[in-house]
Amino acid sequence: MKVLLSILREMADIPADAETVALALNSLGLAVEETVVVGTPVPGVVSARIVRMEKHPDAAKVTRCFVDAGDGVERHVWCGANNMKPGDIVPLATLGTVMPNGMEISRRGILGIDSEGMLCSEVELGLSDESSGLLILPPDSPLGISPFDILGIEHDVVFDLDLTRNRADCWGHLGVARDLAAHFGVPVKGPHIQTGELGDVKSLPVEISAPEQCGMFSITQVSGISVGPSPRWVASRLAQLGMRSINNVVDASNLVMLETNQPNHAYDAEVVSSFLVRCAKAGETLTTLDGQTRNLHADDLLICDAKTGAGVGLAGVMGDLHSEITETTNTLAFEAAWFAPDPIRFTSNRHGIRSEASVRFERGTDPEAWKLAVERFVTILRETCPEVVLHAGTTVSKSSECPAPVVVSASVARIEKLLGIAITPDKISHILNSIGFVTSIEGDVITSIVPTWRPDCSQDVDLIEEVARHFGYDNIGKTVPNSTIHGRLSTMQQRRRVLRRVLVGLGLDEAMPSPFLAPGDLQMVGLPEDNVLRIANPLVADESVLRTSLRPGLLRSLKYNQSHRAPRIGLWEIGHVYPKSDEQLPNESEQLAIVVAGGSAHTALSQWSAICDALSVGTQLDQTRVPQGLHPTRSATLARGKTVVGVVGEIDPVVLSELGIDGRVSVLEVNLSIILNEDPKPVQARDINRFPSSDIDLAFVMSDDVKAETLQRALRQAAGKRLVSIDLFDVYRGKGVEEGSRSLAFRLRIQESSGTLTDADIASVQESCIAAAQKVGASLRG
Amino acid sequence: MATSSPSEKDQVTNAVASGVQAIQAASSSEDLKNVLSSLVGKKGELASIKATLGKVSDIEIRKQLGQLVNDALGQIQHAADARSRELLAGEFAQQIEAERVDLSELALSESVSRRRGRMHLVTQSTERLEDVFIGLGFQIAEGPEVETDFYNFEALNVPPSHPARSMWDTLFVESDVEGSVVLRTHTSPVQIRVMQEWPPPIYAVMPGRVFRKETPDATHMPVFHQIEGLVIDKGITFADLAGTIESFTKAFFGPGFTSRLRPSYFPFTEPSAEFDIRRPDGSWIELGGCGMVHPHVLRAGGLDPNEWSGFAFGFGIDRMAKERHGVADLRDMYSDDIRFTEQFS
Repeated sequence: MKVLLSILREMADIPADAETVALALNSLGLAVEETVVVGTPVPGVVSARIVRMEKHPDAAKVTRCFVDAGDGVERHVWCGANNMKPGDIVPLATLGTVMPNGMEISRRGILGIDSEGMLCSEVELGLSDESSGLLILPPDSPLGISPFDILGIEHDVVFDLDLTRNRADCWGHLGVARDLAAHFGVPVKGPHIQTGELGDVKSLPVEISAPEQCGMFSITQVSGISVGPSPRWVASRLAQLGMRSINNVVDASNLVMLETNQPNHAYDAEVVSSFLVRCAKAGETLTTLDGQTRNLHADDLLICDAKTGAGVGLAGVMGDLHSEITETTNTLAFEAAWFAPDPIRFTSNRHGIRSEASVRFERGTDPEAWKLAVERFVTILRETCPEVVLHAGTTVSKSSECPAPVVVSASVARIEKLLGIAITPDKISHILNSIGFVTSIEGDVITSIVPTWRPDCSQDVDLIEEVARHFGYDNIGKTVPNSTIHGRLSTMQQRRRVLRRVLVGLGLDEAMPSPFLAPGDLQMVGLPEDNVLRIANPLVADESVLRTSLRPGLLRSLKYNQSHRAPRIGLWEIGHVYPKSDEQLPNESEQLAIVVAGGSAHTALSQWSAICDALSVGTQLDQTRVPQGLHPTRSATLARGKTVVGVVGEIDPVVLSELGIDGRVSVLEVNLSIILNEDPKPVQARDINRFPSSDIDLAFVMSDDVKAETLQRALRQAAGKRLVSIDLFDVYRGKGVEEGSRSLAFRLRIQESSGTLTDADIASVQESCIAAAQKVGASLRG
Repeated sequence: MATSSPSEKDQVTNAVASGVQAIQAASSSEDLKNVLSSLVGKKGELASIKATLGKVSDIEIRKQLGQLVNDALGQIQHAADARSRELLAGEFAQQIEAERVDLSELALSESVSRRRGRMHLVTQSTERLEDVFIGLGFQIAEGPEVETDFYNFEALNVPPSHPARSMWDTLFVESDVEGSVVLRTHTSPVQIRVMQEWPPPIYAVMPGRVFRKETPDATHMPVFHQIEGLVIDKGITFADLAGTIESFTKAFFGPGFTSRLRPSYFPFTEPSAEFDIRRPDGSWIELGGCGMVHPHVLRAGGLDPNEWSGFAFGFGIDRMAKERHGVADLRDMYSDDIRFTEQFS
C-alpha cells in the first residue's frame, strides 16, 4: 500500500522530515518497504516554444527544432520525438542541466551541427515510468520557467507500506495520518473539506434485501457535473499511488478511496436512480468493467437498479460496464457502503478479481465514513466542476449486520503486568484518545469506545497492543524472567546427538532430500505404495506423495552424486516418514537410513554394530524375513521379538539397475522412534576377574545352509558360565573344504570366576563344544 | 689351608677368556644368543667344570672352585650383555634405516584419509541454536510434521476461513474431511501440544521442519526449518520477551549485537512484534516474529490467561545457516551435492 507524504501532511501537521516519518511509521508497525522521492524539480529545464521545425536530408529519424525559451535567443535542438508541432510549448533542458538519470546535457551534435539542449519527455523528467514523446505543456504556458511550476507538480515522497492484516484502517491515508499525528502529538485534521452550500433534498430510494452481507448502503445525489480531465495534481497523485487517471469524476472517486479508505462508486443518476442490494440469482450474469461476463453465484452480492432489477455492479468488487458515467453525465448518485468482509473475499476469490475496493472491504471498512467520503468527493470535483452541488437527503440504509461501536475495557494493572511497564491511567487514556478511542477512567479500569474504523480491536489485548505501540516498543525495558526451569536436552535428544556423531565418525555425510516423492518412486525401490498419504494441492505432481521410507530420497541423492563423479559416498538421513494410519494423522515416526555406494552387507552390519555399541541397544538378525527392496540373499530384518526395528543389508540389484546406480549399495534403516526412546540404565561396575583366562580356537566345517549364528549359539551354550567372549575370527571357503560348506573358526575365551583353570577344565569345555557343534551339523576341521 | 688345583683355575680362566672372545666375535644378536648358550648351557665348558665340583672332597676347595665358576659365569654374562647392546644398537640403526618412510607420501595418499562425515548445515545450525537456548534455560520440544487444522491454525487463533490464513501458503494432505490435515506451515502447533502436555512453567524451544506451497528459489524452499520459542509462567511480560530476545542475540551472535522489536501482527500473539538484530556495523537483520501469547491460544493450550502469561518467538533456521556460511542459494543447501556438503566440517 502506497501513501504520499503530501496527503499525510494535509491531514495532519506532521513536524518531521520524510526520513523521520519513515522511522516513525516503522516504529508504529506500519513497515516502510520502500521510500521513493518523486517530482523533484530539475534545475535548468525551462518551458520553450517550438518556433519552427526542419528535417535534415541525412538524418531521417530526428528533427531539427528551433525553440524560443523567452529570452530572445533562438536555440537549435535535435529531437528524436515526433509528437510535437510548431507552436507547442515543451520542456527544454538547457546546456549543463543534470537530468534525473545523471546525464549532463552538453553540445552533442549530429552531422557536425550542435544541439543547444534537449527537449524532454515525462520519463526524462522523472515524472512517469512511460511516455510516448515529448511532454507538451498547456498552450498558454509562460516561457522560460520550470515546467514543474507550470504543471504544479509537487515534490513528494511515496512510502510503500507492508501493512499487517489487522490494520484495515491504514488502507486509507487517513488511518496512517491518525497514527502519525498521535505519534508526533499533533491533532489529525483529516482531508480538506469544502463542499459549498448543500443543495435541496434529493433522496434516492435504497432497498437492502441481503442484510447479512450489506450492513450499510448510502446514496447521495451530486449534480452540476461536467465530465472532463482531472486537475494535474489529482492525476499526478493517483499516478504516484499506482492508479491511472480516467476523468475528473472517476479520479475523484478513486482519490477519495485512497484518502479515506471508503471505496465508493458514482452512477449516472439519470440512468440509475433507485437501488436494490440483493444476492445474485442462479444463472444470472454480469459484465464487469473489465469487459468480462461473469457467471454469478448465489452468494455473490449485486447492486441493482431497483426499477429494472438488473445488476449494475458486483457489490464491493467491481462495477458493471453499462452503468458507467459518460461524457454527458450531469448528475451522479454517489454510493458509499459497508459490506461484510468474508463474503466480499469469497466473491473476489470466486471470480479472481482483486480490486482496490475488494481488498479494502475484505479487510473491513468504516461504516461511518460515507459522509466524509462524499464531502471529500465534492470538494475535489469543485475544482473542475464549479457548478457542482452536494444534495441534502442522503439515503443511509443500515442492516443489523452494520457493526456497532464496540466497548472494551482493560485494567491498568493488567496493562502494566502484561507489558512490564509503569504507566498512569491518564497516560493510557491519552494514548487511546489520540488515535480516536473514546475513553473513560473508573478506578483502575479504562473503558474505551473503539472507533468504527478499527474492526481489529475487540478485546483487552487489542487495547494493550495500541497502548504498547504508542508508548513505544523501544521504551519498554528489557528484563529476563526468573525461571525455575533448567535448560537441557531430553534423553532422546541426547541420544540423537550421540547417533549423529557416530555417523559422522563413520565418515558418512548427512543428506536432506525432499520428503515429497513422485508417484511410483516407492515402487521403484521395491516398497509398497498402498499406505501412502498424498498432498491434496501439490506444487507439482512429482512432489505429491509423502514418503513412507527415507530410501527413495537417499538413493536419488546417491545417484545424483554418482553422476557427478563422486562414486564412493556414504549418506545418512535422520527424518520423519508419514505412512497412512487409521487415525486422522499418519503413523509418523523418526527414521535413520544409511546408504553407501560400493558398500556391502558387511559395511551395513559394521555400521549397525557401531551404533548399537554407542547407544547400548541390540537386536536380533532375522534373515528369514527379507525386507522389501533389499537384496534377497544378502539382507536381514533387525528385530526385537515380533517388533521390526529396521533392516540391514544391500539394496536389491534389480532396484539398483532400475535406478541406474552402479555397483553394490549397502543399506541400514532403523526406526529411531524405538531406538532413541530407550533409556538404558546406568551400567553397574563388575569386579575384574583376575584369574588367568585361556583361549580355545576351534575351526568347524559346516554346510552353508546352517547359519553361523546357530553354531555360535550352540558353542556359547556348551561353554557355559566359563565363557567370557566368543569371536568368529575366520571364515574360509575353498580348497580343503567341501563345496557348499565353509570353515568357521571361533575363538572362545574362558575363565573361572573363583580359581585358575586346569588343563582338564579346558579340555572339558573343548569337548562339550565339539559335541554341541556336531549336533548342529558342524564337524571339527581336521 | 687347602686351595684348588692350579689346573682347574687355569681351566676356568681360559674358558672365560675364550668365551669372552667368542662373545665379542658374535656377529648378530642371534649369533650371540647361540654363543652364549654354548658357553653357559649344560654342555658348556663351565658346566662340565661345575659338574666335577661334586667330586672335590675338600669343602674349602669346593667352595673356592664354585665361587670361581660363578664369577666366570658372571663375567661371561657381563660381556654378553655389553656385546648385545653393541649389536642391538647396530641392528636397530640398520632396521630404522631400512624402514625409512616419506610421511608426506602417506599423508597425501588416498588410503590414509579418514574424512569425518558432515552434518547438514541445517543440523549444525539447529544444534548451535539449541545449545544457546539450553544455556538460557530452555528445554527442547518436538512435534509431528503432519498436523491437524486444529493445531496448525484453529488453536493458534486462526479459525476456519479466517482471512489471516492467506498469510501461509498451506499444503494440505488428502484426508476424509477435506482441509483437516496439513503439512505444518510453522512450528507453532508444537506450542499448543507443549501447553497441553507439559505442566507450566514452560521454557521451551521447538525446532523443526515446516512446509509451504512455495516454488523453490534462492531464498525460499517448500520444505524448510524454523525454531520457535515458548515461555509460559506467572507474570511474564512484554519486557521479558524483549530481554530474552536480547539475551539470545548476545549469546548467539556475539556481544557487539543488539536487538529491537517493532510492532507487527500475528493472530497467535498480541501485542505482536518483528525482531531485528543490529550488527556491530550498524546494519540490521530482520530475523523473525514474536509476541505475547494471545489469550485464545493459552485457552486452547488448556491454560487460564488470568493465571498464566507468556511469550513466543520464531525464526528461520535455514536463513541463519545461509547467513553464517555465506550460502548464495538455498537450493544448493538442499542439493545433497557432496561437493557442497564436504566444505562444512
